[in-house]
Amino acid sequence: MLKESSNIQIKGIREGLMVSFGDESWDALTSALINQIKERPAFYQSARIVLDAGSHILGVNELVALRDALSEHGITLWAVLSNSSTTEHTAQNLGLATRISKPKAIDVADPVDGISEEKALWIQHTLRSGTRIEFLGNVVVFGDVNPGAEIMAGGSVLVWGRLRGLVHAGANGDEEAVVGALEFSPMQLRIAGKIAISPKKNSKGKLEIAKLKDGNLIAEPWKSG
Amino acid sequence: MTAKVVTVTSGKGGVGKTTSVANIAVGLASLGQRVVCIDGDIGLRNLDVVLGLENRIVYDLVDVVEGRCRLRQAMIRDKRLPELYLIPAAQTRDKSAVSPSDMIRLCDELRHECDWILIDSPAGIERGFRNSIAAADQVLVMTNPEVSAVRDADRVIGILDAEEKGPALLVINRIKPAMVKRGDMLSVEDVLDLLAIELIGIVPEDENVIVASNRGTPMAFDNKSKAGQAFHNIASRLMGEVVPFMDVENQGFFQRIFSGRK
Repeated sequence: MLKESSNIQIKGIREGLMVSFGDESWDALTSALINQIKERPAFYQSARIVLDAGSHILGVNELVALRDALSEHGITLWAVLSNSSTTEHTAQNLGLATRISKPKAIDVADPVDGISEEKALWIQHTLRSGTRIEFLGNVVVFGDVNPGAEIMAGGSVLVWGRLRGLVHAGANGDEEAVVGALEFSPMQLRIAGKIAISPKKNSKGKLEIAKLKDGNLIAEPWKSG
Repeated sequence: MTAKVVTVTSGKGGVGKTTSVANIAVGLASLGQRVVCIDGDIGLRNLDVVLGLENRIVYDLVDVVEGRCRLRQAMIRDKRLPELYLIPAAQTRDKSAVSPSDMIRLCDELRHECDWILIDSPAGIERGFRNSIAAADQVLVMTNPEVSAVRDADRVIGILDAEEKGPALLVINRIKPAMVKRGDMLSVEDVLDLLAIELIGIVPEDENVIVASNRGTPMAFDNKSKAGQAFHNIASRLMGEVVPFMDVENQGFFQRIFSGRK
């Protein structure tokens, strides 16, 4: 631990500096942090910061303001850790990481029939190029997944729209995971350890579901029942 | 007067941001508006060249920000139109010479002096881009009908949404009707299908744009060219007029008669 004050903790980690915020008001904490930076510019010079925001619920304005304030001092904010899903969501939208290299220990439930009954991440907008979604369970996108967007899911992925980006279902090795879309034309598709490249270039995708069958990745038109 | 701040950005380089800023500015100024263009591409300034004002630069954006001159002193007036000004970028510095809050402060000061502030963003999504969008009331995202440019535009639109600077308006530049017809180029519909934002301009490819840029006389000074007209149309749409889109994809005589399109 390099420096400690009651409400801001700063320690060096492999990925840069970890700044942990306490429960004081957001404005007070950020201005205290900026003051510390001003006092010790050499220590913070071109630092890469991971912010542990604790239970602060942060919107776009707060994170953008902090990021820009830090960047004026030559400091990069690259990740935000949080207990609040709102804050995590904001950070993801801004392209900030929400996890650092060592993922928290996961216990993957045993999904029986591909799509298990656990909670799914519900995304209610189109994922544009450069967006990356990571989730341990199933992911449902109500919108398109554009080329250049990525979804890494522990479980299955359903896209109620056009799938044209990259999807990795069963990213933790779950071979029962499936991927489905109304218009199925992913740039690249991965299920568990298998990778497939879409054979049909420029053709309009149809409603299809992809899964692993005898160790091969296959996509077929969806039939109910 | 309270100016509207409009930033033109694209993600990818070379799609025509600078040329468009120059031409839209000329379009707005010829409608009697008071327009200030700001070159946000510090270190790689171009807007002064395209506007033909390079030799008149004394002070630049960084001089204003660092207090070496007053705002007024850095505004170069284009003598061809009554109310067109340029604040050039510094060529000998880099993006870090200016911060997003500097840009907001500068634009707030300018707002009382003009009707429009047009900011030419550099390519990329880093500091220069962030500086350029910080003060924007409206962002125009520029793309070419090419897969790579559309991909980058999509990324930029995503960032603008996340930063609550959206919804952006789309300009599709350098459409080649013959290539679209052969199926060798993305059509306007293809681009809109992916980006799903509102369109504000379609500009056809025109060799004269390059000639005009090299001469420092933007196309929009010449009303007869199709590209120049397209930029005038964008200016009018910014003013709130409803102008039908040019049908660049069906320019043949027969298509124009028989197709039922606008």
